[in-house]
Amino acid sequence: MRKITYDQAANEAIQEEFRKNPRCVHLSTDLAADLTEEFGTERVRVTPIAENSFVGTAIGLAGSGFRAVVNLRMATFGFVALDQIMNHAAKLTYMFGGQAKLPVLIRMTVGAGFSGGAQHSISPYSMFMNVPGLKILLPTTPYDVKGLLKTALVDPNPVISFEPFLLGRSEGEVPEEEYFLPFGKAAVRKRGSDVTVVALGRMAHVALEAAVELEGKISTEVIDPRTLVPLDRQAILRSVRKTGRLVVVDEACRTCSAASEIVALASSDRTTFARLKAAPARVCGLDVPIPFSPPLEKYVLPDRAKIVKAIRAVMRRPSA
Amino acid sequence: MQPDDKVLIELYTTMLTIRRFEERLVREVSAGNIPGFVHSYIGQEAIAAGVCRHLRRRDRIVSHHRGHGHCIAKGADLKRMMAEIYGKKTGYCKGKGGSMHIADFSVGMLGADGIVGAGLPISTGAAFAAQLEGKGDIAAVFFGDGACNEGEFHEALNLAGIWKLPLLFVCENNQYGVNTPAAYAMAAGEISRIPKAHNIPARVIFGNDVEEVYRAAGAAVAGIRKGEGPFFLECRTYRWHKHFLSQQLEDLRPAGELEEWKRKCPVAAMEKKLRNRGVLSPAKLRAIDEKIMRQVDAAHDFALSSPYPQPQDALHDVYSS
Repeated sequence: MRKITYDQAANEAIQEEFRKNPRCVHLSTDLAADLTEEFGTERVRVTPIAENSFVGTAIGLAGSGFRAVVNLRMATFGFVALDQIMNHAAKLTYMFGGQAKLPVLIRMTVGAGFSGGAQHSISPYSMFMNVPGLKILLPTTPYDVKGLLKTALVDPNPVISFEPFLLGRSEGEVPEEEYFLPFGKAAVRKRGSDVTVVALGRMAHVALEAAVELEGKISTEVIDPRTLVPLDRQAILRSVRKTGRLVVVDEACRTCSAASEIVALASSDRTTFARLKAAPARVCGLDVPIPFSPPLEKYVLPDRAKIVKAIRAVMRRPSA
Repeated sequence: MQPDDKVLIELYTTMLTIRRFEERLVREVSAGNIPGFVHSYIGQEAIAAGVCRHLRRRDRIVSHHRGHGHCIAKGADLKRMMAEIYGKKTGYCKGKGGSMHIADFSVGMLGADGIVGAGLPISTGAAFAAQLEGKGDIAAVFFGDGACNEGEFHEALNLAGIWKLPLLFVCENNQYGVNTPAAYAMAAGEISRIPKAHNIPARVIFGNDVEEVYRAAGAAVAGIRKGEGPFFLECRTYRWHKHFLSQQLEDLRPAGELEEWKRKCPVAAMEKKLRNRGVLSPAKLRAIDEKIMRQVDAAHDFALSSPYPQPQDALHDVYSS
């Protein structure tokens, strides 16, 4: 099968849906060259750097029978548009009793590990999970990003796609023929029987490396949820009931994180709790802004060694 | 564009409908019958009536907290509005929105927004949609002087300016953001200087004279439909009640100001003109009023007799299907 990059796969999803649906409009700061060339500057608009205005515009377009794709670039810039995302995109359908359809796809990159410093590095998806009304994607492979964005582009609701910055140029197999991936369906990246590792974003890849490193000693199951809202709770619970051990890995800060939610999910489910052999563990970013200097940044982020250590630790703990 | 007698009667009827609807709300809120925050439009009726008379059903509007008048002027149903204000299942939003969030997408009313100024970027989207559709439709957005200090206001002006969007900005300058005078809060002094800085033509009018609003909005809307880009109308007016109807909220505006503006009542002024010009006899005026009162009563009866939503309905409509 052909291999393309994550960014190319995402772009293909948009191109395919824009060809099918002439009411799709793209908004972003700076030029989206491929899209502009094919679809013209009417439908592919360059915006001033004024995030609330163009996210609000996307919502107004969507409320007027169009479908809008907004590329905010980085999640830190997305914070500038929080009024429109949190108070409007997330709530208007509900506030208006379901009469408003708001098909808006908002894309932004997340993650750290590239010396971007605190204002260009963050993984804030748990903040958005706490505001009902948004569907939240966290695709980690070219195959997934294409299939999930394709689905987002036919969904009648606001969808946020958090795309790990460092995965943009990663390559993977993507079929030529059209496909859609459902929301709320996790991918099991590796089967295992001793411990369940739920890994988010870029950490899905790092956790897989850790699992491979431990092969022969510890049988690790690696689950990538792929979408956070809806979250494939059953896939996580099924796996933890089988292994009795849970490690959640994410580069977002630990406090009130998606990882916290996944640990709470497993430990508050009676059947799953009864089968736990060790306390669930989180391997997350430390609770500091992301520092610039490489050794500082490395220290605050999860990596393979930290994941291996956490997996070994849950294996050592005595039965509950 | 001078309104003929037929239009004058329509404008008057719309204004009086808003007035009677809002008076009923004032009474019911005082009696403790309505939950939540109600922002009364009394005193500003000429603006909604005069502007919306030029809008077609396909034109889209966005409003803010004080949105009842815009809903009525755009053709929303009084019964479903009243039911929404009472939190009933038969309301426009099935009781999920309330007074501050009435929307009727079927008449192009894209909703009242409860965040000051935040409807402005949404209106640029509605105007962009009209531009892409290319059928000569437009969008209009209603907001107060308080919104003009929000970043989203300036961003929306800029976007409308660079894209030449078919958008009518209607600033209802009632001179206070809650209790803070616009004169204090705005360095630009005159609001209309701000759109001009974004290359958007602007006019300042007396917002309590519905004929003046009608004429100014008519010229603005005609230009926008022709593709001349956005236009900004600043309408000077005054709200008769506090920011929202509440015993707790103080009214710190100077004594005497309200009485002075009550003498400039847009509804009474229009009634007097219609009578003096012989457009409507006192009997006909009374008949219009009585008909409106019956409609408001019917809306109120409908709201009271409608069921509340089931508690578990709270879990529906988070997403549309």
